[in-house]
Amino acid sequence: MSQTFVSETAHKVVTAVNSTVSLAYDVYSKVPGATVVYKYVRDSHQNDPVRTLLELVFIVVMAWYFFNNKPKGKNEVKLTEKEIQELCDEWEPEDLVPELTELQNSDLENMAVIAGQILINTNSASGTKVKLADGKERLNFASNNFIGVMNSEPIKEKAVAALRKYGVGSCGPPGFYGTLDVHVELEQSLARFLGVESSIIYSQGFSTASSVIPAFSKRSDILVVDDACGMSILKGVELSRSTVKFYKHNDMKDLETVLRKVQESTKKKPLTRRFIITEGVFTAYGDICNLPAIIALKEKYKYRLILEDSLGFGCIGQTGRGTPEHYGIAPADVDVYVASMANALASSGGFCAGRKEIVEHQRLSGLSYTFSASLPALLAVSALEALKVLETAPVLAVQCQQNAIAMREVFQKSGISQIRVLDTFSNTPIIHVRLSSRLANRQEEEHILQEVVDTCIRDGVIVTRARYVEAQELALPVPSIKIMASAGHSKKDSEKAASVVKDAFKKVLKVHRLG
Amino acid sequence: MGKGSRAHFKANQPPLSSADLLTAAVVDAPFGMYKSDTDSSSAQAKSADTTKYLETAAAEPSSVPTGGFVFHGNNHGEHCIEKTPLHVLITTYLSYFILIITGHLRDFIGFRTNPAAYAHLRNKNGYAPLNSGFDTFYHRRLYTRIRDVFNRPITNVPGRTITLLERQSKDYNKSFQLKGTTREVLNLSSYNYLGFAQSEGPCADAVEAVIKKYGIQGGTSRMDNGTLDLHLEAESLVARFMGKEAAMIVSMGFATNSTTIPSLAGKGSLVISDELNHASIVFGARVSGASIKVFKHNDMKDLEQVLREAISQGQPRTHRPWKKILLIVEGLYSMEGSICNLPGIIALKNKYKFYLYLDEAHSVGAMGPNGRGICDYYGIDPSNVDILMGTFTKSFGAAGGYLAASKRVIDYIRFNSHSNVYAESITPPILQQIITSTKIIMCEEHGNDGRRRIQQLAQNSKYFCSELKRMGFIVYGVDSPVVPLLLCHPAKIPAFSREMLKRGIAVVVVGYPGTPIITSRVRFCISAAHTMEDIKWALEQISEVGDMLLLKVSEENGERVKKEKKKLQ
Ligand SMILES: Cc1ncc(COP(=O)(O)O)c(C=O)c1O
Repeated sequence: MSQTFVSETAHKVVTAVNSTVSLAYDVYSKVPGATVVYKYVRDSHQNDPVRTLLELVFIVVMAWYFFNNKPKGKNEVKLTEKEIQELCDEWEPEDLVPELTELQNSDLENMAVIAGQILINTNSASGTKVKLADGKERLNFASNNFIGVMNSEPIKEKAVAALRKYGVGSCGPPGFYGTLDVHVELEQSLARFLGVESSIIYSQGFSTASSVIPAFSKRSDILVVDDACGMSILKGVELSRSTVKFYKHNDMKDLETVLRKVQESTKKKPLTRRFIITEGVFTAYGDICNLPAIIALKEKYKYRLILEDSLGFGCIGQTGRGTPEHYGIAPADVDVYVASMANALASSGGFCAGRKEIVEHQRLSGLSYTFSASLPALLAVSALEALKVLETAPVLAVQCQQNAIAMREVFQKSGISQIRVLDTFSNTPIIHVRLSSRLANRQEEEHILQEVVDTCIRDGVIVTRARYVEAQELALPVPSIKIMASAGHSKKDSEKAASVVKDAFKKVLKVHRLG
Repeated sequence: MGKGSRAHFKANQPPLSSADLLTAAVVDAPFGMYKSDTDSSSAQAKSADTTKYLETAAAEPSSVPTGGFVFHGNNHGEHCIEKTPLHVLITTYLSYFILIITGHLRDFIGFRTNPAAYAHLRNKNGYAPLNSGFDTFYHRRLYTRIRDVFNRPITNVPGRTITLLERQSKDYNKSFQLKGTTREVLNLSSYNYLGFAQSEGPCADAVEAVIKKYGIQGGTSRMDNGTLDLHLEAESLVARFMGKEAAMIVSMGFATNSTTIPSLAGKGSLVISDELNHASIVFGARVSGASIKVFKHNDMKDLEQVLREAISQGQPRTHRPWKKILLIVEGLYSMEGSICNLPGIIALKNKYKFYLYLDEAHSVGAMGPNGRGICDYYGIDPSNVDILMGTFTKSFGAAGGYLAASKRVIDYIRFNSHSNVYAESITPPILQQIITSTKIIMCEEHGNDGRRRIQQLAQNSKYFCSELKRMGFIVYGVDSPVVPLLLCHPAKIPAFSREMLKRGIAVVVVGYPGTPIITSRVRFCISAAHTMEDIKWALEQISEVGDMLLLKVSEENGERVKKEKKKLQ
């Protein structure tokens, strides 16, 4: 009985094996090229049986490695369920946010709130006087309104027309039916204005550089960055996860040292992308980068240049074509040109201009372009109109620079030794005034500057203290008062405002017995 | 509109409860502010398709199911995502395999026969190429083939219909030329959930008045004296709408996440993030300096596991306890149509003491019987969520985003969010659109227009979604105005989009890298601006295209499945 069972089973096994083999053969004979492989294996086995064995071992090892190589927490402590439960029960988080400082609280309480713009006249030079919540009109030197188109009537009319044609929001990212004809037109106009092939618009100026940098620079790439660059660049740099080297602010010797060091350390490595990143006009200092030297170095060491020119575009250079024009360089020589449309163009959003391949690449890889709704049509139209104003009246850019120079001169001649204007004879539209000798602590300095600001506002001129997210700045700039020049102001008004600030400084310093 | 009506708010209407909405009479057809069929058709030269569409639309009677976006108890099973059938899976992989092989073959030959065309991919004069690796291969060999279905330029309002600028390509999608003609098609693509993308009506009127009074722009960042009284008004309104103490508005939705998360979490903190979170959240978390852990999409078990492990192990290497843990989830996932399991998360929150950051970009306005988002949908008190975030680009037809939280948190964020300190403030016209649309949603202005929009949206989407399921498509999500439908095969991505466009409907198709490689999909966005006729007509077209492309392959739903089940019995 058991014998028959065994033999039956044996028989079954044999037939099963047989049929499997023949099935396998069937399949194999149907696969094209299989015979060739089989022949090859057989021949190589005949010639060198050891090799077959070695290869077999190799395959097994590979498979073993593959299945056993699950990532294990290197540093993990083994805990029992009970211990885990206890740890979870014991854990107490910190508060979500820390308390505000006293100065911050008073800032919030005393924030100047604008309650409407006042028209000075009906042509383009306006938007420079505003009404605060107390109902009084004041000169506005806090807005980035470089060519004075912020409250221009013709632009407002165009914006209303856009509203009546397109509505407000675009309700979709550019890739998914969010690209409007006005976006395309704006991109083309910006490119034409700068004399480059192409441009791409983002819906927030600040986020533009943060997205452009990681679109190009990846993990193994190298970024050499001016250490006074603003938060937008810093965050982009951080996100790219590239190797980052900082050079001293506007110090071309240091830049070259850094470049040379990088060159030496990467000599034997495969070539990767390299970028120099700098701001054109520095937000934190109001000075201007040494573009000719940077361009010479970038060519020498084979780098590409990313220039963030939000404060230069539209107001620096004879016709407002930004920092490159200031130095007589064509914007096309800057590989990646990034600027905001919220400053000179008094709209919103930012753009990146350059060669076609640079721009087109961002349409899939620029994070805040691809994954965010496009700029509302009426803002695109206002930017477009502002650009037209600048094209037809390039003198506005020059006026803005002249006003800036005039204001700086007032401080220069003021004879107050306790205050300093950074970068004295520059024509950039952003003017930082600070105390020439630092006080014991930052808080105290900020308090004094805030008093100056309050005094100015009382006396009819709106200026502001430069603000930073202090905990996250790379090199926190010295506290200062920020004054923005504009072509919308007359030269007389500009000088008057500078005098008001100067006098406020005098008064406050006296009160604090510093003057 | 302007000042007069803004000056005195109406008393808050008592919010509807979920139960109310189920029984409330549903206002049937859109009225007033929407362009009627005849309006839109007379305005533009219509194509033959549009005419056909209008005829069918007119012939259909409007019978509609009732209901709204409210949580009906235990339907979490339905939030699960249906599996793709095996044969579809295999053929999809095969398609990609063929595409990739062909691509490499073309590269191989191209490199040799036409090196000039590939010069930009090689090291040149000591410069590494700008793009390299899989990115550029994908772009050249897969994306370019179907580029015509993306970035289609439009003009006019992206409302119920959308006006495309027709374009053509003479070089296989390398470049496009505008033909100079336009074509109006039904819009199933814009995030215009409540139909506020309008160039007329109360919002547009109010915006026009504001442009005249304030101009286009506020000047600078909020912290640099860029604060207008309009900002404060909008912020207090949004805070009230969200049921929070305070709110802050940022000029861009993406930046609301990417520039605020770094102020809430930093070194020594842990961010736990859903694996399908939006790029802006990933951006913000990565630049915050905090550690990041990811959990499986909407999977509470996995989340708990991650939490227990994180808390018990502490920080890497030092094993110090975490300073704080911030959980970031979305309310409604725009690529999945899935709704976050808020009750589950809140139960875990009470147990594990993490902070909760809820991104309601797609759900605010569109979900809940009062349009107040996911909390409203589940009937959960917003105080359970520490930070509510959302954007105005979708339901409100505006731009920008908000954060709503306790006053203390918002005050802190004001000084520490990059957007509030460095970026331009949101502009007055956009703010006014936000103010007016929010008031309409809250029914504080224009009677019950807001409620009507919410109900219209709810019934449109419910009907649309359930019909697609009945037809046997694989449809993700339930209860949401975002309806993803699986295409899978790469070739079906452009085919579906082109076919639909031929029939006069604009749809969004998404493939890798927007989705996992095997689950390419089309994403329909339903709007309150659609009439029931629109929806029915669109369904007919989708059904036909679905038959043509063999898309009705669901193994769980649909008539085919039902029939087979019957046979078995
Ligand atoms: C979840 C989520 N967060 C943020 C955003 C970005 O919003 P916006 O388009 O307003 O920049 C989106 C938009 O797609 C989103 O889906």
